[in-house]
Amino acid sequence: METRELTCINCPMGCLLTVEMDGDTITDISGYTCPRGKTYAEKEVKNPTRIVTSTVKVTEGEKERVSCKTEHDIPKDRIFDVMEAINAACVEAPVVIGEVLIRDVAGTGVDVVATAHVGRKH
Amino acid sequence: MKNQYDIVIIGGGPAGLAAAVSAYDSGVRDVLILERDEQLGGILNQCIHNGFGLHTFKEELTGPEYADRFIQQVRERDIPCLLNTMVMDISPDRVVTAMNRCDGMFQIQAKAVILAMGCRERPRGALNIPGYRPAGIFSAGTAQRLVNIEGYMPGKEVVILGSGDIGLIMARRMTLEGAKVKLVAELMPYSGGLKRNIVQCLDDYGIPLRLSHTVVDIEGKEHITAVTIAQVGADRKPIKGTEERYTCDTLLLSCGLIPENELSTAAGVQLSPVTNGPVVNESLETNIPGVFACGNVLHVHDLVDYVSEEAAKAGAVAAKYAKGEIAQADGKEIALHAESGVRYTVPVTIHPDRMDDKTVVRFRVGDVYKDSFVSVYFDGERVQHKKKRIIAPGEMEQIILTKQSLDDHPDLQTITIKIEAE
Amino acid sequence: MFDVIIIGAGVIGCSVARELSKYNAKILVIEKNEDVCSGTSKANSAIVHSGYDAPNGSLKAKFNVQGNRMMEAVCRELDVPFKRIGSLTVCTEAELLPELDKLRERGEKNGVEGLKVLNREEVLAIEPHIGDEVVGALLAPTAGIVCPFKLTVAMAENAAVNGAEFLFDTEVKKIYCDDGVWHVVTGDHDYTAKAVVNAAGVYSDVFNNMVSERKLHITPRRGDYILLDRAAGGYVRHTIFQLPTKLGKGVLVTPTVHGNTIVGPTAVDVDDKESTATTADGIDSVIAKSALSVKGLPVRQVITSFAGLRAHEDGHEFVLGEPDDAPGFFNCAGVESPGLSAAPAIGVYIAGQIREKLSLTDKADFVAERKDILNPATLSLEERNELIRREPAYGTIVCRCESVTEGEILDAIRRPVGARSLDGVKRRTRAGMGRCQAGFCSPKVMEILRRELGVDLTEVTKSGGSSYIVNARTKDGE
Repeated sequence: METRELTCINCPMGCLLTVEMDGDTITDISGYTCPRGKTYAEKEVKNPTRIVTSTVKVTEGEKERVSCKTEHDIPKDRIFDVMEAINAACVEAPVVIGEVLIRDVAGTGVDVVATAHVGRKH
Repeated sequence: MKNQYDIVIIGGGPAGLAAAVSAYDSGVRDVLILERDEQLGGILNQCIHNGFGLHTFKEELTGPEYADRFIQQVRERDIPCLLNTMVMDISPDRVVTAMNRCDGMFQIQAKAVILAMGCRERPRGALNIPGYRPAGIFSAGTAQRLVNIEGYMPGKEVVILGSGDIGLIMARRMTLEGAKVKLVAELMPYSGGLKRNIVQCLDDYGIPLRLSHTVVDIEGKEHITAVTIAQVGADRKPIKGTEERYTCDTLLLSCGLIPENELSTAAGVQLSPVTNGPVVNESLETNIPGVFACGNVLHVHDLVDYVSEEAAKAGAVAAKYAKGEIAQADGKEIALHAESGVRYTVPVTIHPDRMDDKTVVRFRVGDVYKDSFVSVYFDGERVQHKKKRIIAPGEMEQIILTKQSLDDHPDLQTITIKIEAE
Repeated sequence: MFDVIIIGAGVIGCSVARELSKYNAKILVIEKNEDVCSGTSKANSAIVHSGYDAPNGSLKAKFNVQGNRMMEAVCRELDVPFKRIGSLTVCTEAELLPELDKLRERGEKNGVEGLKVLNREEVLAIEPHIGDEVVGALLAPTAGIVCPFKLTVAMAENAAVNGAEFLFDTEVKKIYCDDGVWHVVTGDHDYTAKAVVNAAGVYSDVFNNMVSERKLHITPRRGDYILLDRAAGGYVRHTIFQLPTKLGKGVLVTPTVHGNTIVGPTAVDVDDKESTATTADGIDSVIAKSALSVKGLPVRQVITSFAGLRAHEDGHEFVLGEPDDAPGFFNCAGVESPGLSAAPAIGVYIAGQIREKLSLTDKADFVAERKDILNPATLSLEERNELIRREPAYGTIVCRCESVTEGEILDAIRRPVGARSLDGVKRRTRAGMGRCQAGFCSPKVMEILRRELGVDLTEVTKSGGSSYIVNARTKDGE
């Protein structure tokens, strides 16, 4: 039997969750105040994921960087692989919000998209 | 340039944008936004992390995306904005003096003014950290701008003092960009930031959070080379013998935000010594009639969603004021008191005849409370009593007052909000 | 070959340079830091003493009183803010009251005018927040406040306009005299001159001792200060000193010409000539001691703290002029308080000695007047708009707290002996000196410096040397 303590991050409540594990099997989850807390605990124990946000190099733009994010969450243990791909990427202006900057980043099946507009340099 | 507007909004960040949209939708078309930066969106433009908009849009957006939603709404309504424009003065009779490169210095008479200037970070000087004064010391927000907007790294080995949200967010940002964040030291025995940020920005990357610790020395004559941190006692003074030295080339400070009210003060707006923001009534109106305040200039918020909500309210009331539709207060004014753990309330007074069906009262607490109650008293009578598993200084709390409940208590003088153990 | 090489571009070096630039002479100022006003001149009380304090007959007394008399005219000529606000030296113990009369007598012998001993009621009438313990005070109406940054910068600029050359980031390693010619050796150069001025502040003993057997010993005496927000301005109207008691020397509380309030300094002798780190004890003691003379000072409105080093010579006295065994080498050593007050007079005195020695002639086209960077806040709305039409950069506010425009910052950078760093811009324009302490404006000022100096952002510094602000681009690859 193993007990894992987690802090739910779904909302500012930050519920303190307790997950009882028997090997890979969850035997009990307590401490949540809404269903999202329970789902979070299950996922955080079995398959933790995160959205990664950073910036991508822009050429010919009014700015030299555009902010970006993984469109969906990616496995937590792949964060630095994703960052490596983001650091290597480069996009030519103009960039519009939502534009795909990297397809299937680091083989995660998730795209990296722009989260801001960058106009072309005059 | 037009020198009269129904509503002039000072600041085009999240508060100003939401106020503008709401004022327009409340029937006032003659609205002007004055923004000092080169783009709308305010501080959200540099907050490229996710976590915004869960309440407002029911989805998780980054700062620039959240701002863009409101910028689009402003565009759709053709609300005029002057960018790169600094407001230099607001007079008590609502003459706004502003300046930019193209129009020079100019004055606008407004029927109503909405203050939405946001806040600034507490600098090192105000913290009295001893030691040298070298390069490499930044407020977290300045570093955030340099990294996220300008695309430059302040350094490679980072120590962060203060566990405010921007500091936590920057711990993760600097880590992702290849820096080593050695620790976050927090003077208080609890963090000033959101739980989710502690989990996702520190725990995820194994960055230690040292509560009840502070920086007691800064080394490096030209550029910072090391800091010494020490544990503090209950009096928040360093305890001798607990010093630990960390080499670093960057010290980030995330030690609190201060509403930026220099303009308000010059206009004669009364400020609360607790929030450093204007003292407002149920209409988010300051002591100067026709001058309203919302967002972080009013009090520092934890979530931008609440800023938008509050600003929408300010926009709607300012529109009513500009149209001459606000009921004259009949003299009855109920005072709100913050007691026993509650540090302040926004608003500070309520005119029942002027309030909507519901009024949201926002507040923050001064300590961490577990399994405690938020109680509302109408004079001596307890009318609300809500159990909370945790109430923390880093998170804003709210209660809702209904017009009905106030109408049911015609002799009500004082509403008190307090934290109770049972 | 120069006529004169001046070592040190603090207020003394710059004052001597400006006075010498009135003559036909080839002048070089060598400064180890990246800007003028980078040592003692940048971190002091920013006051002009009346001159009652120094012993009768001392150089300190003589040059203080002379400098005080000159200050108004110099500041008018150079467009530097100076206010003669008067000082009060307060006495907090009844048995020490006779000391005030002694000080008055000493001051009168030094030539200080208008000194008057006041009783508590008279003090309260002119300084309402005076401490409860105060039983009397010595009023010195000729005392004043000045901006030491602007004074030093203005003297340097004016010297440069009149032909003096400045060399920064250059440390003097060796000085020697060979066959009547002075050699000043830096890292990669050997500069020669007919005369050398040692205005090296806390290092003035080092240079003196290279050339003279009349050895000097300077102890850097560190003083911690706190600076209060302009919102707390006007709390005191005079410079308030404390009459020393058996507990020590006390601290001063004074307004600055910019409306802030300075409180300090401590006095701690240190070994390291660069030891400008503040200490918690120092700051605490400044705050605690200030309460003795001023009641309810809003010390919570501190916007910054800093420490300066005073060049204290073992003889407790200024060391001015040629040592008898080193003709042509002119000391301005041991210039601690009241050095800022004495600066104009020391400049005239040393320049006069050199003029005689080298038989310098007057410069016919000497430009005496210098205008400070334009402060648009002093203009009417119409004038301001005219200025913005002409120079749009005056329409962009860069520093919100102090309302500094891009136009002023560009002027500070483009002038002779212009700013090359964030601190350089700050000292000339006050950008970054306000309550947010450059949180908002530093990225903007960095960008302006980058553009104007034609360097990469990673090369822009806070104060020269290794004080870079950003060290790499993001996404730069390893």
